[in-house]
Amino acid sequence: MVKKNKVWELLDQISDPEIPVLTIRDLGILRDVEITEEKVVVTITPTYSGCPAMTTIEDDISALFIKEGIQDFDINLVLSPAWTTDWMSEEGRVKLREYGIAPPENEIDKSVLFAEPPVISCPKCNSEDTRMVSQFGSTACKAHYQCNKCLEPFDYFKCLK
Amino acid sequence: MNSLFEYLIRLGDDSLILGHRMSEWCGHGPILEEDIAMTNISLDLIGQATNLLKYAGEVEGKGRDEDELAFLRFDRDYKNVLLVEQPNGDFGMTMMRQFLFDAYRKPLFEALVNSSDEQLSAIAVKSLKETKYHLKHSAEWVIRLGDGTEESKQRVQESLDTIWRYTDELFFTDDIEKELLENGMSADLEEIKVAWMETVNQVLSEATLNIPDHGWQHDGGRRGMHSEHLGYILAELQYMQRAYPGMEW
Ligand SMILES: [Zn+2]
Repeated sequence: MVKKNKVWELLDQISDPEIPVLTIRDLGILRDVEITEEKVVVTITPTYSGCPAMTTIEDDISALFIKEGIQDFDINLVLSPAWTTDWMSEEGRVKLREYGIAPPENEIDKSVLFAEPPVISCPKCNSEDTRMVSQFGSTACKAHYQCNKCLEPFDYFKCLK
Repeated sequence: MNSLFEYLIRLGDDSLILGHRMSEWCGHGPILEEDIAMTNISLDLIGQATNLLKYAGEVEGKGRDEDELAFLRFDRDYKNVLLVEQPNGDFGMTMMRQFLFDAYRKPLFEALVNSSDEQLSAIAVKSLKETKYHLKHSAEWVIRLGDGTEESKQRVQESLDTIWRYTDELFFTDDIEKELLENGMSADLEEIKVAWMETVNQVLSEATLNIPDHGWQHDGGRRGMHSEHLGYILAELQYMQRAYPGMEW
């Protein structure tokens, strides 16, 4: 049977289809790898309930395993514990920023109406003079910002706890 | 009858039908940002529906999965409240409907986090995080439109007057609710109503809107008795699976 660390290594080839610069491990979507006598069991969890990337991720893992000669495996999708942006790796946050998406910052309680949006620095010029254009961005996990200094529109990976 | 199954269907259908209604805005939003916001919310709701109906199918144990439950039931088997099937109207109407629903969903999920049913609790934890975003979005729009221009205030007040009669049903209680409450699985709707009323009063007063004083309230959705609108929703929702049974893409 294949070794556990070899499987983790292999799975580092699987990236998020919507944010290809991040692997599923960087994002915290990949929760666990278990090797039993009969099979490899991979556990993943969605970011948002309706995350449309999950099926693609499952397919990508299956295709990779088959290519690598791993025939007996299960992919478990669990909801609990619920995903949080705290699970994003430090390396992931750096990669995200280099890619042009501002990584999640700690935010105050979402339920406060008309609260000031968090200060997010521009991933292009680092200015903190930015504004939130919309709480909802190109995917469920992102908000839409614009830099007032260099005018770059950018995505902010919003904090989810 | 399996009470937990029935309860999950109620929760799942609320998400499914409102998610479908929100998806009707795709490409029709008043501004691009709101088009994206509404489709994002739609996606969250449909994702919640997927989790709830999938679990309902497992609880039922007859081999029905979430797709079969979403696409292949008849109208009387849908148990969503009438509020979520009401037409979108203008943007203000959609935001008002969403707000009245979100203000109920947030305390409901907060309570279901403590459900004695582990999977229902897990779904609630996940859904609650999303619902907080939804409520903030819809409440802020209700305030902007209510405390806005003369026209926006008048139109959003009319929306409130039109759909207020569907709000009591959110707190519809029958033997199923009572049985699950005794088992610690569901939430006490009387408590949820107190929390709902507080949010509604606070936001509507900031929005300078008035709660209509007519007393008439509809119900029926939880028993499968729907308004004519559900038929049209289902015709669109189910078309592909009815025309091409078992198709996948
Ligand atoms: Zn900049």
